[in-house]
Amino acid sequence: MKKRKERIDRGIKARSEDVFALSSFREMLYLLAPRALPVLGLLVFAPLLGAYWREILMSTAIYALLAMSWDMLVSVGLISLGQSLFYGIGSYVAGSLNHYLSWPPILTIPAATVLGGLICTLFLLPVVRLRGIYFAMVTLVLPLMLLRLVEATRILGGTEGLTGLDPFPGQLTAWYVLQAAVLVTLFGFRRLMGSDYGLIIKGIDDSDRSVMSAGINIHWYKAQVLFLGASVGSFAGACGTHLDMFAGMPGFALDYSIMPIAAAVVGGAGTFAGPLLGAFILVPLSEILRALGALRIVFYGVFLVIFVVVLPEGIFHYCRRKYHQIERWVEVE
Amino acid sequence: MSSETPLLQVKDLSKSFGGVMAVASVSFDLKRGELLGIIGPNGSGKTTLVNLITGFVKSDTGRILYEGRDITGWPPYKVVDLGIARTFQMVRPFYQLPAFKNLIVPLCSPRVKKLAGGRYGDRDAVALDLLEEVGFERDAFVSYKLAGALPQGYLKRLELAKSMALRPDLFILDELFSGLSLAEVAGIVPIIEKMRIQGKTIIMIEHRLKELFRIADRVMVLNYGVKIAEGQAQEVMEDEAVKKAYLGSEG
Ligand SMILES: Nc1ncnc2c1ncn2[C@@H]1O[C@H](COP(=O)(O)OP(=O)(O)O)[C@@H](O)[C@H]1O
Ligand SMILES: [Mg+2]
Repeated sequence: MKKRKERIDRGIKARSEDVFALSSFREMLYLLAPRALPVLGLLVFAPLLGAYWREILMSTAIYALLAMSWDMLVSVGLISLGQSLFYGIGSYVAGSLNHYLSWPPILTIPAATVLGGLICTLFLLPVVRLRGIYFAMVTLVLPLMLLRLVEATRILGGTEGLTGLDPFPGQLTAWYVLQAAVLVTLFGFRRLMGSDYGLIIKGIDDSDRSVMSAGINIHWYKAQVLFLGASVGSFAGACGTHLDMFAGMPGFALDYSIMPIAAAVVGGAGTFAGPLLGAFILVPLSEILRALGALRIVFYGVFLVIFVVVLPEGIFHYCRRKYHQIERWVEVE
Repeated sequence: MSSETPLLQVKDLSKSFGGVMAVASVSFDLKRGELLGIIGPNGSGKTTLVNLITGFVKSDTGRILYEGRDITGWPPYKVVDLGIARTFQMVRPFYQLPAFKNLIVPLCSPRVKKLAGGRYGDRDAVALDLLEEVGFERDAFVSYKLAGALPQGYLKRLELAKSMALRPDLFILDELFSGLSLAEVAGIVPIIEKMRIQGKTIIMIEHRLKELFRIADRVMVLNYGVKIAEGQAQEVMEDEAVKKAYLGSEG
């Protein structure tokens, strides 16, 4: 009996990407495994961890959301250097609703997601026409401006911020809310970008004039993408606020802008899964390195550089390529 | 709408780029069902005129009327929505998409949705049909190839299919024939003739005069942004100013 090697995805690809076209349990497993991995990892195994690591993974989830939000904006060609704008606005909206109106977290978080998304979209709408570095500059400057505004006018608690906010009803709830949000965002965004809507979005990034000539209002689509990204970021901010029981100027901190970009670059931009993976590597890593004290940043920097040099495509692209190359032996007649 | 009103009226349209008059006070009318050829040496403002009509560039002065309605300064998506579609002289496909997926974007436009009565239907199937209409052989799988892997002849036809996907009343084709072999041009001409039978109005910007004159009802000549002649192909080419413009550009 002669045998040759064949890629497992060959049969699947040739027919269709559709689940219904699968012919065997094995092919189904091949398609499902990478999708089940994050679900099982986040929802089932991770809660078994101790309180310390659970804490860290919660802030990881927040960064992962900001990183996927960043990736969404990139898919339409908008480079954001100010994810902290989304985080800070979401944080202040949830904090204010809780502090001034005594809304419970179960209401403030959804409200902050939508309202925060809207506010950020309105802030950035005038500049979505700008591309590349110009849009990036505005996103970089806006949170810094808002920071000074809060400081100077002493609104929303000024430098003190809004303290003593309601916590989540239980740490496990917070955990599940955040991980569910990460999964919904991951699969929702991936699905969206795989649809015809996603073709338009990628088309705008690719050749906006082509999309304009196709009778499509590209600014309207950019605004929608902006809203999607900003909402996810504001959601992260609202959750962070109730976790810390505090909303304040640190919400606009540079950390919330830098880490998501680093996560996306390390993990592989344009896939949503990449930035997610990146966040789950970088944030815990930065915690582990905390023991090194002042040298932490040095090691962290070296690590980042190594990653970018060795795997410039990003971890996710690399893993996906390798996964698609998995072969099996088939009999040849 | 009375039948005498021209489909498109361009009045005194001007546009300058930093001192260079790209289009200078150009006026013309276009009747429904007509095929107007626009010719002129390189840099004479033909593409700029297309950009002005389709809203890609804002005019300095002048008016554009479509079915009697002033559309000056309208953004491209609104112009398309009215039923004006253009092709680009420099083809702009989405290179990393399969050819037929390139048509999904126009098929997602509000205009197509409106014409289909609110339902889009199976866009992939419509896209494949459109590509067959412009001469993509169905069995050869060219429609499934990445646009980046297609030769120029197919890219031009893809560009044409993208405008056809919008089911416009007025086509503005910017140098569709340039860069194509005689055989390839001969393949596209019947598509344009078919559009005419369907009553479409067409503006063709062309450098390939012989092929253009065979199908054009009327020809307009631009030189340095100025309209220097207009009329039947034969009489226009007899015009002294036109001869000079063409000789000048070649010499
Ligand atoms: N976006 C632009 N910016 C500056 N100059 C332009 C621009 N578009 C066209 N021009 C100038 O306008 C003139 C007409 O160009 P164009 O309309 O492309 O001519 P044609 O299509 O007849 O070859 C040229 O001198 C060209 O350099
Ligand atoms: Mg031109």
